[in-house]
Amino acid sequence: MDEDLYREIILDHYKHPSNFGYLPEANAKFRDSNTNCGDTIQMEVRVDGGEIRDIRFTGVGCAVCIASASLLTEKVKGAKISEVMSLGEKDVLSLLGLSSITPERGKCAMLPLKVLKASLIQFQKQA
Amino acid sequence: MLSDQLVVERIRRDFPIFSRLENGKPLIYLDSAATSQRPIQVINAVVEFYEKINSNVHRGLYTMSEEATEAYEAARANVSSFVGCKPEELVFTRNATEALNLVAFSWGRANIKQGDTILITQMEHHSNIIPWQILSAEKKAHLEYIRITDDGLLDPVSVEEGLGKGPKIVAITQASNVLGTINDVKAIAKKAHEAGAICLVDGAQSVPHMPINVKEIGCDFLAFSGHKMLGPMGIGGLYGEFDLLDSMPPFLTGGEMIKEVNLEGASWNDVPYKFEAGTPNVEGAIGLSAAVNYLKGIGMGWVRSHERELIARALPLMLDENGVKVYGPTNPEQRGGVISFNVEGVHAHDVAEIFDSEGITIRSGHHCAMPIMNKFGIPATARVSFYVYNYGDEINVLMNAIKKVKRVFSVG
Repeated sequence: MDEDLYREIILDHYKHPSNFGYLPEANAKFRDSNTNCGDTIQMEVRVDGGEIRDIRFTGVGCAVCIASASLLTEKVKGAKISEVMSLGEKDVLSLLGLSSITPERGKCAMLPLKVLKASLIQFQKQA
Repeated sequence: MLSDQLVVERIRRDFPIFSRLENGKPLIYLDSAATSQRPIQVINAVVEFYEKINSNVHRGLYTMSEEATEAYEAARANVSSFVGCKPEELVFTRNATEALNLVAFSWGRANIKQGDTILITQMEHHSNIIPWQILSAEKKAHLEYIRITDDGLLDPVSVEEGLGKGPKIVAITQASNVLGTINDVKAIAKKAHEAGAICLVDGAQSVPHMPINVKEIGCDFLAFSGHKMLGPMGIGGLYGEFDLLDSMPPFLTGGEMIKEVNLEGASWNDVPYKFEAGTPNVEGAIGLSAAVNYLKGIGMGWVRSHERELIARALPLMLDENGVKVYGPTNPEQRGGVISFNVEGVHAHDVAEIFDSEGITIRSGHHCAMPIMNKFGIPATARVSFYVYNYGDEINVLMNAIKKVKRVFSVG
């Protein structure tokens, strides 16, 4: 085990995630899961003028996955769509305070960003 | 007679993997339901094939190829005797998954018609669900499931309801890879036959762990994997009742499975070669035969009772542990050496990760059995599974690891 995985910040966000819940005024929404572990994340986003005005998420997952979703939603509130699209694994790891992650757990960490991007891509297609 | 502990110590000396450390700690391998470890006898058998008789089997007229063919067919005879069938009733496959697909797509395509019923259970591994879903969609047949109870047993009412629908085939696991439940397949096979169905048993989790005799069970097919029973990966078997196999069309096609080919068509080779298209996994079959010899040496009766004892020791401790939820039957007589559990408020992945820090390797996830996960309303479980090389002391380490999980997550 990477002891870092169970640092304060990850455990805190796992137990008390920010922005957990539904967003009735959302105009972008996507849900996906990791086939191997069954982690599921749904992102609900309100986009106005190319910016993320509000965001909520729901889902089930391990500590890394939920903490990643929680930290990510905090970070992207107010961000431009293009800024979100340029985020990558490095950014997610830095939010989690990790310098590296195993490939298997990397999928857990990256699921929320993957779902968020998918919701925005779908939003742009519809617009 | 040697005590269990001494027998296990002697067994462990045959497994080179146990000299490895996991995160700096002695390896505690509790993932045998996914794949078992291999003793040196199996490893040597594979090496010996490559070093001494490596050549393609069948049709070779030189001595070495004849030796390879002899070794391959001797492996078939040995493995078939292990499950109680004739050598010609044993088809070597890649694994249990391929064996199950063989039945669904060879027997199934020839025998399942529109409106027919296929009966399986809610506790099947995906490999005994998906082929039937595809076949029933293709044939417009009905796929029915026997429900399971909250303690992870087949619901007897649902068994009767399912059989009452007049299925053509009943395909059922003998031991659940998630719940550990051991199903009375002998009784099911009898009922299936009375209802006019044939019976396929998925033995992936039972053949490695208990004495099996297909004639005594009375099933028509039995699928199993070599790598879960101390053998190499990539080799498994399908027992099929001879006349049934003989009447079935081929599954995969190509070399070896034909008798005569001309430009207009072909005639099929005899059973079991009809189902072994292409160059087979010869070293795998030889390795599996060595694994069978190893298990015969220990005695399958001992294997079963050893695992039952480990379960009888671990299960009450886990059931008593605050904040731990255990799935499946609570009576060790009704289950194999598998325990699925969750620690309240902690995802199974995190449980597995923290276990790994203690040198304990377990599986976490849906275990390719999502209908079971849905039944219990959970996304995943952590799973420990025992085999011949596990011993009682490892259960103490396991319980301490559960306490560590609760400490890290401040739960329970």
